[in-house]
Amino acid sequence: MVDVTVQTPPVETRAVRLRHFWSDYRRSWVAVLALAIITTLVLASFGAPFLVPQNPYDLAQLDWADAFLRPGQTGSGGYVHLLGTDNAGRDMLSAILYGLRTSFVIGITAGILALILGISIGLTAAYFGGRIEALLMRIVDLQLSMPAILLALVMAAMLGQGVPQIVLALVVAQYAYFARTTHGAASVERRKDYIEAARSTPLPTRRILFKHLLPNVLPPLIVVATVQVASAISLEATLSFLGVGLPLTEPSLGSLISNGFKYIHAGRSWLSIYPGIFLMVTVVAINLVGDQVRTVIDPRNSR
Amino acid sequence: MLGYLVGRLSQAVVVVFVMSVIVFVGVYAIGNPIDVMIDPGATQEIRENLIRQYGLDLPLWQQYFTFVGNVFQGDLGRSMVYNISVTSLVFSRLPATVELVMVSVCIATIIGIPAGLYAGYKPDSIAAKLIMALSVLGFSVPTFWIGMLLIMGFAVNLGWLPSGGRGEVAQFLWFKTSLATGDGWAHVIMPAVNLSLFKMGLMIRLTRAGMVEAMGAEYVRFARAQGLPDRQIVFGHILRNISIPIITVFGLELGSTLAFAVVTETVFNWPGVGKLIIDSILQLDRPVMVSYLVMVVLLFVLINLAVDLIYARLDPRVRLKGGS
Repeated sequence: MVDVTVQTPPVETRAVRLRHFWSDYRRSWVAVLALAIITTLVLASFGAPFLVPQNPYDLAQLDWADAFLRPGQTGSGGYVHLLGTDNAGRDMLSAILYGLRTSFVIGITAGILALILGISIGLTAAYFGGRIEALLMRIVDLQLSMPAILLALVMAAMLGQGVPQIVLALVVAQYAYFARTTHGAASVERRKDYIEAARSTPLPTRRILFKHLLPNVLPPLIVVATVQVASAISLEATLSFLGVGLPLTEPSLGSLISNGFKYIHAGRSWLSIYPGIFLMVTVVAINLVGDQVRTVIDPRNSR
Repeated sequence: MLGYLVGRLSQAVVVVFVMSVIVFVGVYAIGNPIDVMIDPGATQEIRENLIRQYGLDLPLWQQYFTFVGNVFQGDLGRSMVYNISVTSLVFSRLPATVELVMVSVCIATIIGIPAGLYAGYKPDSIAAKLIMALSVLGFSVPTFWIGMLLIMGFAVNLGWLPSGGRGEVAQFLWFKTSLATGDGWAHVIMPAVNLSLFKMGLMIRLTRAGMVEAMGAEYVRFARAQGLPDRQIVFGHILRNISIPIITVFGLELGSTLAFAVVTETVFNWPGVGKLIIDSILQLDRPVMVSYLVMVVLLFVLINLAVDLIYARLDPRVRLKGGS
């Protein structure tokens, strides 16, 4: 008799995998900085009511006498307006943080909804194949050939102004990216043995789709989702700038920039330049994080 | 091949039909254009006459078929704001957009290709990393914001360039263009740079990817072994080999330039078709919106069709596999 000791490979718990991910991620200091910036911006924007001196959309707190104060001047409220005030006497820093919160809410909601819709369509197409696949992916491809900004513009024009309308317009403009990625990854996974094995058991289709297929196509989707949240924020800002997004009574960064744009010839550039800087930093930071996540989870780069 | 062609063509027709219905119904839902057109003090009678004149009292499906019938006779309707036919309105705006797009494509090519070649030639140099960082910015920073920065810098602060609008036009061969005057060039350069940034980023990435791949290829090593100078290898051999995919992607992107022109034209107050569609959306000019959108759908369907057919021609597997 030979004594056989079976060496089981160490089980990778979720915590261990997360630690591995982090040690890979932090190799790029730019990406770490980007992550820190996003975290700060998210915290600052959602904590805005406790951080800034003014609720910029409570008309009772605005004073017309404070209009167009330069950055650093003190207004009638007795506090310093770090980034100046706008044409209605709004403190720009307060307006920007409130606006950033709206932008985050819209970007993240639209991203998640588009992800869910895209996954459902992509998985359905890849799993069932045949005519359903041909039809669904044909629609997705046609949509991908059109620029997202055009679709979003048309949708926003049809639906009208307001947060839910804009979110819907963004979902329609963006779900196709998720559907295409899901479909691509799932068509590869579908041919593997474990799916064949699962199909030969009496498991319900839904369970195979979501418990077995989905976890294996998730990694590339995380990257797409990150990039799409950034692109949703930037699309929403563009729509608001063009005048079909959010009204100034319900502002996002885009509507603030759009409002400030009217005053750049009068030399009052702080009205548009500061919200613009916040928008740019947010979008670029999210993209940098997405890039690094892509590098880390790419199997070709694994150690 | 014939079966494939018929299949693709009928698909394209179905897509255009479905999209035109969606656009028509969607635009119909936006609001009543009559409310915008006449002043609220007008009598009920004037109001009703106007509604009847534009056919807005008919049921929606009847309005749709009237529209389609007119389209087949070459009539896209009349603009409710400008009171001229949509066809002549669009064609009066088209030259401005075309010249803007052309200049921006040239800028993207002239800067993008050499930058991409260099980034692929010396991928680890600092300049290459800088080029790639700039291309990321071109992709991710919103177009309208860069446009505003350009205006702030070159028009408001430095006062070198006009902040918007189209310059003087002059006759060049058989058409009028602002590219024939110095004033025209001063007006076109900023919007064109703004519009070119996204494409430039794309160009840099494509060229760099092709270059990196080619540098490791057999034919390049062979040319090196022959003792050819790098200059000749890059411009004589590599550029020729990687230009086909670049041109393909670039051609496809031309369609989306139309969409980006919407943003750039609004920022720079450029009187092209992009500005026209934004104005018509804000002013509820229904005929202009519907016609523009149907034209855009048609354009994209045609581009897709062309790509499908070219691929099918080049690769027999495509036409054999996906019959219909």
